[in-house]
Amino acid sequence: MVIVRVEHLVKHYGNLCAVDDISFEIMKGECFGFLGPNGAGKTTAMGIIYCFMPPTSGRVTVFGLDVTLQPSMIKARIGVMPQDDNIDPDLSVLQNLIVYARYFDIPKKASSPRAWELLDFVELRDKANVNIKSLSGGMKRRLLLARALMNDPELLIMDEPTVGLDPHSRHAVWDNLAHLKVRDTTIILTTHYIEEAERICDRVAIMDNGKIIEAGTPAHLMARYGGNLEDVYLRLTGKKLREEIA
Amino acid sequence: MNLRRAFRVFQRNLTVFSKLYKSSLALNFAEPALYLWALGLGLGAYVKEINGVPYINFIAPGMIASSAMFAAVYETTYGTYVRMTYQKTFDAILATPVNIYDLVAGELMWGAAKSVLYGTIIMLVISIFGLVDSAAVIAALPLIFISGIIFSEISMVFVAIVPGIDSFNYFYTLFMTPMFLFSGIFFPLDNLPPLVANIAFFTPLYHMVNVCRSFAQGHMAGVWLDVLWLLAAAAILAPFPFRLMKKRIVR
Repeated sequence: MVIVRVEHLVKHYGNLCAVDDISFEIMKGECFGFLGPNGAGKTTAMGIIYCFMPPTSGRVTVFGLDVTLQPSMIKARIGVMPQDDNIDPDLSVLQNLIVYARYFDIPKKASSPRAWELLDFVELRDKANVNIKSLSGGMKRRLLLARALMNDPELLIMDEPTVGLDPHSRHAVWDNLAHLKVRDTTIILTTHYIEEAERICDRVAIMDNGKIIEAGTPAHLMARYGGNLEDVYLRLTGKKLREEIA
Repeated sequence: MNLRRAFRVFQRNLTVFSKLYKSSLALNFAEPALYLWALGLGLGAYVKEINGVPYINFIAPGMIASSAMFAAVYETTYGTYVRMTYQKTFDAILATPVNIYDLVAGELMWGAAKSVLYGTIIMLVISIFGLVDSAAVIAALPLIFISGIIFSEISMVFVAIVPGIDSFNYFYTLFMTPMFLFSGIFFPLDNLPPLVANIAFFTPLYHMVNVCRSFAQGHMAGVWLDVLWLLAAAAILAPFPFRLMKKRIVR
């Protein structure tokens, strides 16, 4: 079953073409990754899928619904873990989750147990009543993941989920994603980490300059172009993906 | 725009405020209190009466209008701007079923609610000090809500267009402060050049001061034109914050 269908998506910001005619389908339960450097258009494409901004042209449907016509119905069923830290700094960890649940009309008697459950899932239970300012970067990312799951989404969109994380936190997030995959949650993520794409993505689209150069399972891409995924990337784009040091 | 979703944005602001309110209330109360003491008592020792009332009684009802105004404006200039740019709270909210119109509506309602909160506090305080002649002043509260909407609408238009947080200095210095000084709170505008009164007519605070002062003296019917002005202004300004905030945030 197709969860996300993107047909000839184009997005311009003034004179800048951020997304240059991309098309793809994402199936239920799969983990689909967009691999590419900063500025490739990955975050923009994600923003259009989660109805944050409209396409310039092309058609995007999620759960069969058009993103320009029924955004609120789509957003009720998806969870977004953004690249930027947009946690409420004036609220505690637990309050951030409860307040976020309200936007989905989830009442406190449902959101409170769910929040505790998710705090366990991301290993932040003992930080529940702590002020955000005292959280490390890794803990904030885990909170963002927990928040993205508050409405029990069918589709989870993660923009650079482990950027800036230490190896322990990174592996903890990957373990969380493995659990979600078992529950048949569809996951879309963007990354510029080869290991992340190889490890958790069922399929990968290599993106650069607003275009999808090639897409397929990591195994298929590596068989077709030789070497590991990094070699594939280099061969297809002529660039090395610079690994950022956390 | 969906009112229930707009209310969720209002609720979020209320939750944050309920954690921080103590310092906020104390500070916002201090400023009008200082004006009353310094001008009402200090200047009032020299300016005995204006239009048949002691000076401190003349200025006190206007302080309700101005406190309510500043409450809405501080919240929907700096508060909204910080949420939008530094905290990126709006990005988080817009990834949920809440859309930009719900968000703007929620922020406007919140600005107006703060207006009513601070207006009520000042109203209570000046009533306790016997500076209000009539209980009819309470009827000003719904109009304080309307003026809170107006000031929130104006402020959010600025939030939508300013390049940086420093730009609000222009807003305060060139618009808010002159409006505050020439609103009729501290002195009637009759003896100034007519141009001043003509310009003041087009500012919301002037009309709100008339309403508060009249109601505080128990005369309600005389300000129907001011009431109409306020209702019309709220309606006419309404589309602008929605349109401009959408343009800024949803690119």
